[in-house]
Formats: sequence, structure tokens, C-alpha cells
Amino acid sequence: MKRRNWVGPLLVNGILLLVVIIWTVPTFGLLVSSFRARFDIQTSGWWNVFPHREWETVATIDPKALGLDPDGVMTVEGVQGTFEELRAGIQSPGGDTRVTWVGNKRLGTIEVQQQVWTVTWDFTLDNYKQVLLGSGVEAKNPDGTTELLPGQDMSQAFLNSLAVSIPSTVIPILIAAFAAYAFAWMRFPGRKTMFILVVGLLVVPLQIALVPILRDYMALKLNGTFLAVWLAHTGFGLALATYLLFNYIRTMPRETLESAFIDGASHFTIFVKLIMPLSVPALASFAIFQFLWVWNDYLVALTFLGVDPTYKVLTQRLADLTGTFGNQWQLLTAGAFVTMLLPMIVFFALQRYFVRGLMAGSVKG
Amino acid sequence: MEQTGAVDKKKAGKVAEAVSWLGRLFLAVIIPVIAFVVIYEGFIFLRDSQAPRWLTALVAIVWGVGGVALLYWVFNGIVERLPDAWTQRLQPFVFVGPAMAILIWYLALPAVRTFYLSLFGRDGPPKGVGFFESFTTDAFVGLQNYVAMFTERLLQEALRNNLMWIVFGSTFSVVLGLVVATLADRSKFEKVAKSLVFLPMAISFVGASVIWNFMYEIRPAEQPQIGLLNAIVVALGGQPFAWDKAVTIAPWNNLFLILIVIWLQTGFSMVLFSAALKGIPEEIQEAARVDGAKEIQVFFKIMIPHIMGTIITTWTTVVIFTLKIFDVVWVMTGGQYGTHVIATQFYRQSFTARNSGYGSAIAIILLITVIPVMIYNLKQFREQEAF
Repeated sequence: MKRRNWVGPLLVNGILLLVVIIWTVPTFGLLVSSFRARFDIQTSGWWNVFPHREWETVATIDPKALGLDPDGVMTVEGVQGTFEELRAGIQSPGGDTRVTWVGNKRLGTIEVQQQVWTVTWDFTLDNYKQVLLGSGVEAKNPDGTTELLPGQDMSQAFLNSLAVSIPSTVIPILIAAFAAYAFAWMRFPGRKTMFILVVGLLVVPLQIALVPILRDYMALKLNGTFLAVWLAHTGFGLALATYLLFNYIRTMPRETLESAFIDGASHFTIFVKLIMPLSVPALASFAIFQFLWVWNDYLVALTFLGVDPTYKVLTQRLADLTGTFGNQWQLLTAGAFVTMLLPMIVFFALQRYFVRGLMAGSVKG
Repeated sequence: MEQTGAVDKKKAGKVAEAVSWLGRLFLAVIIPVIAFVVIYEGFIFLRDSQAPRWLTALVAIVWGVGGVALLYWVFNGIVERLPDAWTQRLQPFVFVGPAMAILIWYLALPAVRTFYLSLFGRDGPPKGVGFFESFTTDAFVGLQNYVAMFTERLLQEALRNNLMWIVFGSTFSVVLGLVVATLADRSKFEKVAKSLVFLPMAISFVGASVIWNFMYEIRPAEQPQIGLLNAIVVALGGQPFAWDKAVTIAPWNNLFLILIVIWLQTGFSMVLFSAALKGIPEEIQEAARVDGAKEIQVFFKIMIPHIMGTIITTWTTVVIFTLKIFDVVWVMTGGQYGTHVIATQFYRQSFTARNSGYGSAIAIILLITVIPVMIYNLKQFREQEAF
């Protein structure tokens, strides 16, 4: 009995810790890298920010001063070897000293290196500047020269993402709330048929709509406008929003509404003054769900916003960067974090609502 | 005198009534006109303006959100000014109409239109030809696009990959989610652990692709590896490996793309399971333990059956999700190295190769695969008898 009390929690927490580490490390590595200098990212792993052992040159010796013969076996700093062996570097028996011949036989020098504990903490904001600004950014090279790097202007994409996401969140909620109220509290012909349509459309994949809607947009000259994307996100999110809000509004006490009717309030007044304020928890949950959905969306933006760089949203710009600068990790890491910034804030600040919205939204296709 | 006074009053009342009626008519006409002008001007401003970007973005937000609210207010105003009987009759449609119109335009009709397009060649039905006539033209190919889907090598590959996605992606994220939820339930660090496993849910697929591209980064063997996975492999004495881009192990390189989605989705199923597990009464578990049941037995014999409903819902959701997977593949490999899936082939055929008939047929296949879920949802709805 005693043994189990001790082993159980340790095992549980141990496995949990392992999972958490595996789940966190990829994001953490990206975050750390985004603050590392351009040159550092390309030449060493991001884990070098942790203490690790690295070779450090402690002395440089001129072989002539020691009177060494490069053609024979030499003895330096406690190691012994021919020129070729020294060129490759010889480690002392203890392993913490390394002696290397640098240069050619005639003019070379001997470097003595020792392994020391070190951290590479050369953090910079240059990557973010380069990603966010529209103008060029001066960056230092490791050899001391400076270089003008073109800016990627993702701040514009950030604004575009906001301009796409906020209306794409509020508009469907507004429209769905009106519809949900009507389904819950009004009697009209076709009510049931219409609601069955809503339920049936919950899982319809949005791919089905892209080609026909794109044709409509071309006919209406809407292609490439924010309006086009708002309407598309509204259309694709509306079924779920209506369904969820209906389920919520339906459960409100009948008496409250009836007394409001007796006081002579119209449906519109009741909706605005009574139902909306009472539905705030449900509205907030869906709003967060939809906002993150739209903010993180790539396919809809790619299809309807098109190729004009002034309108592109963050996910599009980041995908472009991956395509064009696939190995310039200073751009990709910082760029990825720019796109993740707002969702992360929303996530940590409003996690409770987010979880609730997500659970309710689990029927969405 | 008194009588004339009464008549005057009556007259005055009639005049006032007429004036107020005129006033109402005026308001009913003028306000909508103003509303439409404002909305139209906003649209023109957004389309043509050279204003600073932040201002354009701000106007876009105010115009988009305010415009919709304004439209409801205006239409409701018009309907409420009608005689009572008409108000009663029409008001529900002001409330429910826009939602239905948008749903029909954006989802219901496109399903039919896409099916229609899928029966035609790459350019769709010829222009200027009537609906019935279009079936007699050369562009009409019948079910040929569907036949091609199941016989062409690239599409077969996409179908096979999608099957892998569904089998491995959903299984692992559901099982892992259940394991983490169960473990977290017994840990003191439940909140922190769940938060961190859940965090990837906030990250976009494109962002996740960058994160994992960095994990999978490969350098020539003589250079230091900057991707974590290859650094580990090399430190253990192996050769750097291309992971998702390794055609040598095809089709199993797809697993490294699937891994990304497992990483993203486990948090989702974990949250659902966590809530379900909290709903199991303590007493049942305790009773079983008192009777000498082991933890494993409690898990399989009591907890699993208890949350079976949640498991099915979660599994279905994840399956639907992986069925439509697009972003990850598109950004990571672009479908190269034998990693195409249905949704990437749909995009490629519809927009890159501009073969609308073929693309539409692929979309219809996607729709057909979710029909069982749709029927299940409708059945559930009928059983609830909410109406």
C-alpha cells in the first residue's frame, strides 16, 4: 500500500512531464531562435542558449619559438603527434584540451583549446525589425561589416489580419444571434425546415463552395476585397454559430420574455436589450473560437484575397516567406511568432472561454 | 360651439395623424436611403482610398460591423412601421432571412453547383447555353471525372495518403488526448500541464508548419545540425535524415506531416476528455477500488465505457478535420515527395491547373464522405425534439 502511494504519483507526473516537454519544445525552440542573431541561427542549434561545453582557444603558440620540427613527431602541451595528426587536432588524454596546427607547415601556428562551459546569449530584435518593417534594416555581420536587408513589411499583414478577423467574427455572430432568436422565440412558416438546413450544413466542407463562390465574386467584382472574405467566413461559420446560440437562447426562462412582452416591448427591443446582454457568455465563447479560426485560416484567404501583397493576411505572408526564403530562419522564426502573438494572448487571457467555445464547436466540420 | 370644437379637434387629430403618417413614411424612406448611401460610400472609400493603412483597416472594421447592424435596424424599422398584422408576419423573416440567405448562397447552393460543374470538362459548361442544353454539348463528360479520380495515379496516392491521415492522425490524437487527460486528472500540476499541451491549438497550421520545418531542418553531415531532431540523430551517431521529405521511405514520410497535426490536435481531444472524466461519479471508481480493482481495470472497465459518447464525438470531429487537411501539406511539401492529400489535389486541380470539372469532382467526394456524419447529426436533432 505504501509503495503504491509513492510510485503512482511519481509515474503519473513523470510521464506527464515528458509529454509536456515534447509538446513545448518545438514552440520554445522557435521562440528562442527568433531572438538569436542571423548568423548564430544558421551555424548553431538554438539549444546553445543552455549551458554547454565548447572549445575555447586559450593560447596560440609559434612552433618555431619552441624549436619544433614539423617533419618529425612533435610534443606540445602534453600531446604527441606528426604534422598531419596535429592538423586534424589532437585531444589530450583527459579530453579537455585540444591542440591543433593551424595553417601550413612553414608559417602555421599551434592553437591550444580548452573545453569550457558557456552559453550563447547574443539576443537581438533585428529579426523582428526585418520582418515587421517595410523599409530596409541594417544588420551586422559577424565580421563587423553591416548589410542592408530588405524589410518584409509584415506589420501591414498584421493590420490586414485584424481587418479581416474582427468583422469576420462579429458579423456572423450578429446574423446568427438574430436567427437564433427567431428560431427560439418566434413562430413562422418554414421554421423547422430552415433549422434542419442549419443542422445539415454543420459539417459541409467549405471546399465545396470555393469554386462557385469565386465565380460569383468575379461576376460581382468582389474578388480580392475584404468584404469578399468577411462574407465567406460568415457563410462558413454561420451554421455553427446559429446552432450554438439557438441552444443557448432556447434555455432562457420564458417568464422573463413574456413579462417584457406584456410591458409592450417589441421583438427587436427584447433582442437588443434583453437577449444580447444575457447571451454574453455564449457570444464570447463563440467569438473567441471564430476569431482564432479566422486569424489562423489560410485556405479562404488564399482563395479570395488573391495575390495583391497589400491585402495579404499574416498566414499568407508567412507561407510566402516559407516558399521564398525557406532557409532564412531569422525571417521564418520571427515571422511565425508575429502571426502567433495575438492568438497566444487571447489563449492565455481567455482560456476558459476558448475551451468552452471549442467544446461546443466540436461538431463543426 | 362645443360641437365645432370637437370637430376641430377631430380634424386636428386627423391632420396630426396624417402628418405623423407622412412623417413615418418619410422616416421609412429617408433612413434606409441614408443607410444605403453611407454603406455604399464606405465601400467606395475602402476600394479606392489612399488613406493611411491603419485608417483603412479601422474604417473597414467599423464599416463592416456597423453596416450589418445598421441594415438590421433599418429593415426592422420598416417592418415595425407596417400595420400590426404585417409586422407579425414579416418580422421573423427580417430576423432569420439574412442567415438563411447567406447559408443557402455559401453552402447549400454551392453543393449543387459544384456537383453540376463536376459533370463537365475543365472549363465547365459552355457560356450562353441553357441548363438542359448544356448536357448535350461536348463539354459534358458525365461521371468521367469521378472515374479519373479513382484511376489516376496521383489521385490514388492522395486517397491513400488521406486514409493514412485519418487512421494515424485521429487515432493518435484521440488516444494521446485520453492518456494525457487521465494522467492530468491524477496530478497536482493538472492546470499547467493541460495548458501547455493545449497551447498548439492557438497556433495556425502555417505557423505550426514553420515550427516543424525548423525541427526537421537538415544540414549536410559535416555541418552542425540546427534542427533538433537531426541534432539528436547525429549526436547518437546517425546520419542526418530528411523526415517529411524523405522519398526513400515513402509513403511513411507522410507520418512526419501527420505528427504535426497530432501535435496540434491532442490538446483538443484532451480538453473534451478531461471534461468528460470529471463527470464520472467518484463513488463508482472508489467502489471498484475497494473491491480490489487495479487502476488499469478501473480505466478500461469504468472510465472508458462511461465516456464512450465523448470518445465517438471527438473521434468523428478529428476524422472530419483530418479529412480536409490542407495547410500543413501545402506549406510543408506542397504535395511533393508523394504527400498529396485530397484537399491539396482539390486546390491544385481547381486553382493551379484550372480544371474546374476535376476539382469539383474531388470536392464532391469530400462532401460524400461527411454525409454519414450529417445524417447522424440530423438524427440526433430529431431525437432531441427541440422543436
